[in-house]
Amino acid sequence: MPDLTEGERLSGSAMLGIARRQRLQDRLFHRLTQFFSLLVLVALLAIIASLAIKAWPAFQKFGVEFIWRVEWDIVNEEFGAAIAIFGTVATAGIALALAVPLAFGIAVFLTETCPVRLRRPLGTAIELLAAVPSIIYGMFGLFVFAPLFADYVQTPARDLLGGMPIVGWLFGGATNGIGIVAAGIILAFMVLPFIAAVMRDVFEIVPPILRESAYGLGCTTWEVVRRVVLPYTNQGVIGGIMLGLGRALGETMAVTFVIGNANRLPNSVFSPGTSIASTLANEFAEAADFHLSTLFALGLLLFAITFLVLAAAKVLTLRTERAKGA
Amino acid sequence: MEAAKLARYARRRRANWLGLALSTVAMALGLAVLLWILAVLLKNGLAAIDLAMFTRDTPAPGSEGGGLRNAIVGSLLMLGLTVAVASPIGVLAGIYLAEYGATSKTAELTRFVTDIMLSAPSIVLGLFVYAIAVATVGHFSGFAGSLALALIAIPVVVRTTDNMLRLVPGSLREAAFALGAPRWKVSLMVTLRAARAGVITGVLLAIARISGETAPLLFTALNNQFFSTDMSSPMANLPVVIFQFAMSPYDNWIRLAWGGALLITLAVLAINIVARVWFRERAPS
Repeated sequence: MPDLTEGERLSGSAMLGIARRQRLQDRLFHRLTQFFSLLVLVALLAIIASLAIKAWPAFQKFGVEFIWRVEWDIVNEEFGAAIAIFGTVATAGIALALAVPLAFGIAVFLTETCPVRLRRPLGTAIELLAAVPSIIYGMFGLFVFAPLFADYVQTPARDLLGGMPIVGWLFGGATNGIGIVAAGIILAFMVLPFIAAVMRDVFEIVPPILRESAYGLGCTTWEVVRRVVLPYTNQGVIGGIMLGLGRALGETMAVTFVIGNANRLPNSVFSPGTSIASTLANEFAEAADFHLSTLFALGLLLFAITFLVLAAAKVLTLRTERAKGA
Repeated sequence: MEAAKLARYARRRRANWLGLALSTVAMALGLAVLLWILAVLLKNGLAAIDLAMFTRDTPAPGSEGGGLRNAIVGSLLMLGLTVAVASPIGVLAGIYLAEYGATSKTAELTRFVTDIMLSAPSIVLGLFVYAIAVATVGHFSGFAGSLALALIAIPVVVRTTDNMLRLVPGSLREAAFALGAPRWKVSLMVTLRAARAGVITGVLLAIARISGETAPLLFTALNNQFFSTDMSSPMANLPVVIFQFAMSPYDNWIRLAWGGALLITLAVLAINIVARVWFRERAPS
């Protein structure tokens, strides 16, 4: 490229030539970057299309009924998604029920109670913990948590409540610490730092002037949280929870280690079960033909469920961000 | 009247105290659980890490000793390829969103989809890559593993690049345009350079994110008991080896799984910390 002094000496037609070349380069650059950004959209469509094609034989045989059929018989090729969907929803539900109150407490602590000097290190610690790979949570669950859960929760619960009429059957079964409840608890450990970090970020966008006005009126810290911070951020908080839900629904490793991988509906609180992701992780390598197709159908269902949850989460957080801008 | 007011005040103070006390308990509980997990990992992992872990390959079932050399090398190869593919694609897509995307509906849609792909279940991405790169070829491969990892890494890079470029002040762009610089030069040599620290942080975070991903590799790279640098064949990698070894009945396999788990966690935490420090020091404030 000629520099300015050279440019001054150039004749009009040569300048036009440079301008034309630059226009061409610009258009090329525009199209090139556009191509790569469209690649993301194409990838999404390709994922949906390829899963749907591979899942087609399964849906063709069972129809929409596949979703609520309670059966998973590989030998006789009778398949239904209900057991896996139940495990997925139950573990994610347990995880959120435990993690959301704790995460809320952590976010309140980090934004309101925590001494200013500790705020940054503790906040960073939570964020770093959100980055720990999920397989670590799975191993912890299998080797450390499950034995403790069996000894200190399952066995006492069975001894205490198992003999009772009406509810006794709820606490039967093997007490090895493995099952849907244990998987839900491990999942809670995993999504806790993630939800807490999102909630803290959301709480921090409340304009200081709102907080200060409430304090000026004589509110206590707790009242500021309940009457000012929460109403201001409620959509963002729900968005954060949904984001956590999306993660929990699709999580494979933290669940596969401890859920027990049993293809039947649970008959007690401590029964083993299976989730969509753990079924895929366990059976995919040995599956063939029609079985493979049903696994793709499961994958498609999981993708559809998490996509809806994550899209809702995104819409809610976007609205909070707009409110902040307004 | 006074007494009623005082009672009300006392009640409010009690509610305040209770709420804040519970939040402190939540923080303590949360940190305790997470530190407990890290302590268990550290204790079991440190007991397993020795020189043989880095110089020997994964042992056959029932045989003694062994290490993780092939898995470590396989993981590094796949990560390297993924980063080499995902960072240019992610950065260019991010440039489009930040520089041309202000007015375009497609860009808004792309941003939305990118955000969803950030949290999409990674095992489903593994299924997708199996369908397009394993089933069609007929065998598992390191390339397929890299492709699956790239699908996770690209949205991370796109999102951070987009965010960081949009933080660059408009006056910088305008100054460059006023000097007659063409748009591509402004993007690549002015704004991207100004946002360099942030973009590199994004790439580092993407590496941290994919280093521990197990699920998408199960059906793509699979595993390989032997040392191999051939990426067109099944490849050993740390996450899948950890998964298989941890579920096994052999003591030395479980020991190696803990060692590998500690190795991955330390790497992920180190990359995260480096990315933060790097960004804090070089970011334009």
